[in-house]
Amino acid sequence: MKRAPEATPTPELLDPELVPAPAEVGRQIRPFDVGRIREDFPILRRRVRGKPLIYLDNAATAQKPQSVIDAVADFYRHDNANIHRGVHYLSERATAEYQAVREKVARQLNAASAREIIFTRGTTDGINLVAQSFGRTFLQAGDEILITAMEHHSNIVPWQLVCQQIGAVLKVVPITDQGELDLEAFEALLSSRTRLVAMVHLSNALGTINPVKALIALAHDRGVPVLLDAAQSAPHLALDVQDLGCDFLAFSGHKLFGPTGVGVLYGRESLLDRMPPYQGGGGMIATVTFEQTTWAELPAKFEAGTPMIAEVIGLGAAVDYLTHIGCDVIQRWEEELLTYATEKISALERVTVIGRASAKAGVLSFIMRGVHPHDIGAILDDDGIAIRAGHHCTQPVMRHFGIPATARASFAFYNTREEIDALVRGLVRVGRTFD
Amino acid sequence: MSAVSALYQDLILDHNRSPRNYGAMANANRRVEGDNPLCGDRLTVWLLLDGDRVRDVSFEASGCAISVASASLMTSAIKGKTKAEAEHLFEQFHRLVTGELDPLEAHTLGKLAVFSGVREYPVRVKCASLSWHAMKAALQAPAATVTT
Repeated sequence: MKRAPEATPTPELLDPELVPAPAEVGRQIRPFDVGRIREDFPILRRRVRGKPLIYLDNAATAQKPQSVIDAVADFYRHDNANIHRGVHYLSERATAEYQAVREKVARQLNAASAREIIFTRGTTDGINLVAQSFGRTFLQAGDEILITAMEHHSNIVPWQLVCQQIGAVLKVVPITDQGELDLEAFEALLSSRTRLVAMVHLSNALGTINPVKALIALAHDRGVPVLLDAAQSAPHLALDVQDLGCDFLAFSGHKLFGPTGVGVLYGRESLLDRMPPYQGGGGMIATVTFEQTTWAELPAKFEAGTPMIAEVIGLGAAVDYLTHIGCDVIQRWEEELLTYATEKISALERVTVIGRASAKAGVLSFIMRGVHPHDIGAILDDDGIAIRAGHHCTQPVMRHFGIPATARASFAFYNTREEIDALVRGLVRVGRTFD
Repeated sequence: MSAVSALYQDLILDHNRSPRNYGAMANANRRVEGDNPLCGDRLTVWLLLDGDRVRDVSFEASGCAISVASASLMTSAIKGKTKAEAEHLFEQFHRLVTGELDPLEAHTLGKLAVFSGVREYPVRVKCASLSWHAMKAALQAPAATVTT
């Protein structure tokens, strides 16, 4: 993409003092034009507490480009109808649009077939689907489910529920002080009783990218299927389910610049075929009598009830948007942002970065000596800077590091170096306040 | 003064840095633990009740500046008070941080009025009131756990 002359963010986007000097702009010529990208995101023009919004809470939820907002609004304005049911024009059109997104997601993930793409409410819903449908079908008392110590609660609790229901056992791969998985322990914990591995691809609390391809190969050597929690990796990394080899992969639309309330579960067809429905209702049946009901084919078997049609269509627009920019371009820019932020923030007095894995993306967690993360968050908020402060739904990770919480800045491709500079100035202010 | 400067006033920063009445109390007859699972704040409040009166009070806490300073100022405020006085103070304090108290009445709370900035931050009400909930539970029973 060519850098346009109006690349410098307009004054309403950023403080005048944040706009880089012209000489610096000249020096930083690169193919990715963040100024132009920002124009696609209307919310980035708003002010918060009288300051331009600096949104660094992307791991919680990402902002939406105009094309996604328009896709949802246009659906309701022009095309709204239920799918799979009507014989009328709008229903056929809505059905076609909905299914087209499934095809699009299948291509994006390089799934073998669109039948392997199930629309869910989000990552949590997808994991619960596998836990209940796969877990309760293929697991017996004494069988083991292997997770890791850096899982989000949504990849812990569904397995605890299924363990309670059938008497299976949850095993946990420990993490190192760098915030990486203990790979030897992973291998040692894969036992003859392991029936499933469920692990996070990219940690939301630490930013660690786990070497999942190698770990999946290890699990497969022992015949153990693997579920990947891709909630954080989907927005940052190119995902190819056949290359990774995973058997299930779940992510959320809202972290991928799409609407809330929609997600995707990829499942290997040979497994999905053998799994019973997760929920019952309309849309997931072939025939219903009071004596016996037969299930619909994949993927309808797992989509009971009227799905989130507008949200799926919005997700389709988000996938189109990301394809248009290009995953490799996004990755390069985000790597640059993370490296820059890590360098600047590590250099601050009293700051310790939590999570120093050799492979990281999107997330920078840190603590400041003598200042609770909530206080960091509140003071940054006064400068219009949105970060997350807390345990990030990863209490076991916090326990490992012996801390109650961290402050977390998480990046998207629409963030800028100037925003990171503002974050650094904000942290200096925090330090001064608590001196 | 911006909302955040009103929140982090010097008195609050001072009590966060050097909390008063800090540490376990060996001769306490009441001990209550409080936690706020949402943000991970934890604290313990010890009371030495002499009949109806708070002879002594102390606490230990891990949490944000608002919760630590609030616990510190709470202990200073209720020492020597009767149960009824301490409970009334909590009611007034709660009205202050939730914005229900008439600003003209805030001075009746003495130093505690410094928490009036909390009313601009509804999520921080729990931080400011955790130690008070624990104190109130300690007035009512020898040992308990409270969660905000």
